[in-house]
Amino acid sequence: MDSPELATMPLPVLEPIKGVKKAPLEEYFTSGHRTCQGCESALVMKLMIKAAGPRTVVLGSTGCMYVANTTYYSTPWVVPWMHTQLGSSGSAAVGTAAGYRALMRKGKIKKEPINVISFCGDIGGADMGLSAISAALQHVDYNHLILLYDNESAANTDIQATGSTPYGAVTTFSPTGPAKRIFHTRWKKNTAAMLAAGHPECRYVATVCASYAVDFMNRVRRALTIGGPTFIHSFDPCPKGWDYDPMLSHELGELAVLTGIWPLFEVEDHTLRLYGKSKAIAEGRQKRLPVRDYLLKQGRFAHFTEDDIDYFQAKIDDMWTQWLIPGVLPFAAEVLNDTPPA
Amino acid sequence: MDAETATAVTVAAAEQEALISGSEAVAVASRLADVDVITAYPIRPYDTMMQYVAKQIANGEQDAEYIVAESEHSQFEIAKHASAVGARALCGSSGVGWCYAFEAIAVTPALRLPLLAMVGNRALDDPGAFGTEHNDALAARDLGWMHVWVDTAQEALDVTLIAYRVAEDRRVFLPCAISTDGAFLTHSQALVKIPPRAWVDEFLPRYDRGDLRFHPDNPITIAPQVNEDWLMEIRRQTDQAMRNARGVLEEAYRDFRRIFNRDYGNPFFEEYYTDDAEIVLVGMGTLSMPVKVVIRKLRAEGQRVGFVRVRWFRPFDYERLGGLLSRFQAVGVVDRDFSMGSPYNSGVLANEIRATLYGQPKQPPVVSFITGLGGREVTIPNVREMFEHTRKAAETGASPRDTLWIGVRA
Ligand SMILES: Cc1ncc(C[n+]2csc(CCOP(=O)(O)OP(=O)(O)O)c2C)c(N)n1
Ligand code: SF4
Ligand SMILES: [Mg+2]
Repeated sequence: MDSPELATMPLPVLEPIKGVKKAPLEEYFTSGHRTCQGCESALVMKLMIKAAGPRTVVLGSTGCMYVANTTYYSTPWVVPWMHTQLGSSGSAAVGTAAGYRALMRKGKIKKEPINVISFCGDIGGADMGLSAISAALQHVDYNHLILLYDNESAANTDIQATGSTPYGAVTTFSPTGPAKRIFHTRWKKNTAAMLAAGHPECRYVATVCASYAVDFMNRVRRALTIGGPTFIHSFDPCPKGWDYDPMLSHELGELAVLTGIWPLFEVEDHTLRLYGKSKAIAEGRQKRLPVRDYLLKQGRFAHFTEDDIDYFQAKIDDMWTQWLIPGVLPFAAEVLNDTPPA
Repeated sequence: MDAETATAVTVAAAEQEALISGSEAVAVASRLADVDVITAYPIRPYDTMMQYVAKQIANGEQDAEYIVAESEHSQFEIAKHASAVGARALCGSSGVGWCYAFEAIAVTPALRLPLLAMVGNRALDDPGAFGTEHNDALAARDLGWMHVWVDTAQEALDVTLIAYRVAEDRRVFLPCAISTDGAFLTHSQALVKIPPRAWVDEFLPRYDRGDLRFHPDNPITIAPQVNEDWLMEIRRQTDQAMRNARGVLEEAYRDFRRIFNRDYGNPFFEEYYTDDAEIVLVGMGTLSMPVKVVIRKLRAEGQRVGFVRVRWFRPFDYERLGGLLSRFQAVGVVDRDFSMGSPYNSGVLANEIRATLYGQPKQPPVVSFITGLGGREVTIPNVREMFEHTRKAAETGASPRDTLWIGVRA
């Protein structure tokens, strides 16, 4: 029944953007939202849809980018936008793409490329919605992009710890106090690499940081044009949750990359590439900055002792010197730094 | 068995007959309705429907996106989102699977997405049990899903077509659950009339979401934060849609009768020997089988007894049902479910019936029964016992102050 011609859905043409001056001028995420001053995730939304263009529908799971963006009677979205449940970004992508595919295959709507982007926060995507995202990345018939904007907390519900909150960070569920200096003892999940390693048929997985806007937009374009399900994990400084001056959002994104805490990489058709400053770090052209430079700019780490900073540094050092694939896959020949300071 | 030998059903230019189960009847209806997106997840007993759909697709008899989800939550969410882009969608579940999907179930009505779900009614285990109990589906009774209980495989097929037509009517745009008693209906076969495709096409128009369609040509924002500013108006609109469903259902059943030449009478409930009945039992689903057998026996003994089978539980036809039931000398309500701690410690249906009768000028005594839980058979002696209790209430004119559990060990 499914002739190969009927079964393949057309893909969009989105050329790589060659420099910030060549970026499209049109905005599809505009005024009408009420995110915090300095909210990097709002910039992520803006760049994501600028890169994708008008023939796109966006689905967003519960979180800041739902609640702070779309308050009824106003919407920043010029393209169609639909809410989905907290753990449903994977299912929303699959359902939407499957609906279009069925209708196009059966000739019920015009056959044309439609970009389906489904975004989620870190607790929505990397914790609650992980199984649905995993399943979505297996359904290779459906073209869509799942974008996880990671502000390292359940920000919308008042900054609670998640599986993506960094070790030791203060949140409203992990305060610091005389009996417990370090409340949140989990090490941040390595979500993008886990999804890339675990879903070999998924053709594109990338980490991004909006401090590098052109790199960011081009990763979105690659994800949308390659075909099948794809995944992008974005690192999003959050002034409210991380407790810093809003003007530092951009700088903190850069620092996370330059300290090696947030490696930028992409896995395209089984080929792994570190890119940008992370590539320079891996190739020894860029010296990693000390994590202290990053941590101490944020109130959420203000309680850290020298031992805590050393522990954090040692874990990051391991990541670059001991991991079989530096910055990406944590397999190593021997057990590394497994005892946090008392 | 390969897929080819497994398909029993031909859709032809003229009406055909096939020996199929209730689950298979829903699957055949989904093929006749040209459903676009079907999402599956395994749980007994509803999954026999999805297995049959898969065979039909493997055989080239049905064309749909068939997605095996990784959980019921995803299964219902995927179907929900497919429905938002204008695709006709089908999912379903049983027991705890239905509960696992509950978040998606809860939000679908306000989104006004006309999704269909088959519920193969099953106990909410622990403790482990595969059999029928209606608490799974009834857990969603207040949320804005239309909800129907069917009794036979033929009704399962017909109601699936009717449900799509009503759900996808712009005046309604609500999801609909079709409850089929686990094992008793999902797994038992009967001869079912398979209509030709042309009749279905005449009866069931294409699903058209109009200006609510989620598509780049129609840039809308769906389900923004509304809070106390607007939520109440949206609830009120959903409520209006459910009210509208009553009339739309009547229209659909009328058209169904005309095109398919099968008459269900009043769409909302079935009456069995009610004309001259003094007392009746009321219940839902396949309970009708033992009850009808007992009625025939009791009538042979000269007792004027009858049965009312509630089909559409939401919307609930309280006006006509109330008018009908108030005529009798006593009404016994048989629940295959429970609502622990509720008034009279009864099941869900009994309290619906009490509320329905409250508005009537004449209120017969109501006796509430809980029986047949976890798939336990409701036997002939069980039904006789329930009629005896109802008869006693008719004689004394008083409703018992508590619910009677029938067919349970002491
Ligand atoms: C099923 C469910 N549980 C809990 C919530 C409450 N809730 C709303 S937003 C949110 C946090 C979302 O965090 P994240 O996904 O990281 O996005 P962020 O708010 O940080 O942008 C939670 C827990 C919910 N909406 N749904
Ligand atoms: S709390 Fe953080 S993510 Fe949420 S709107 Fe504010 S800055 Fe953005
Ligand atoms: Mg978050």
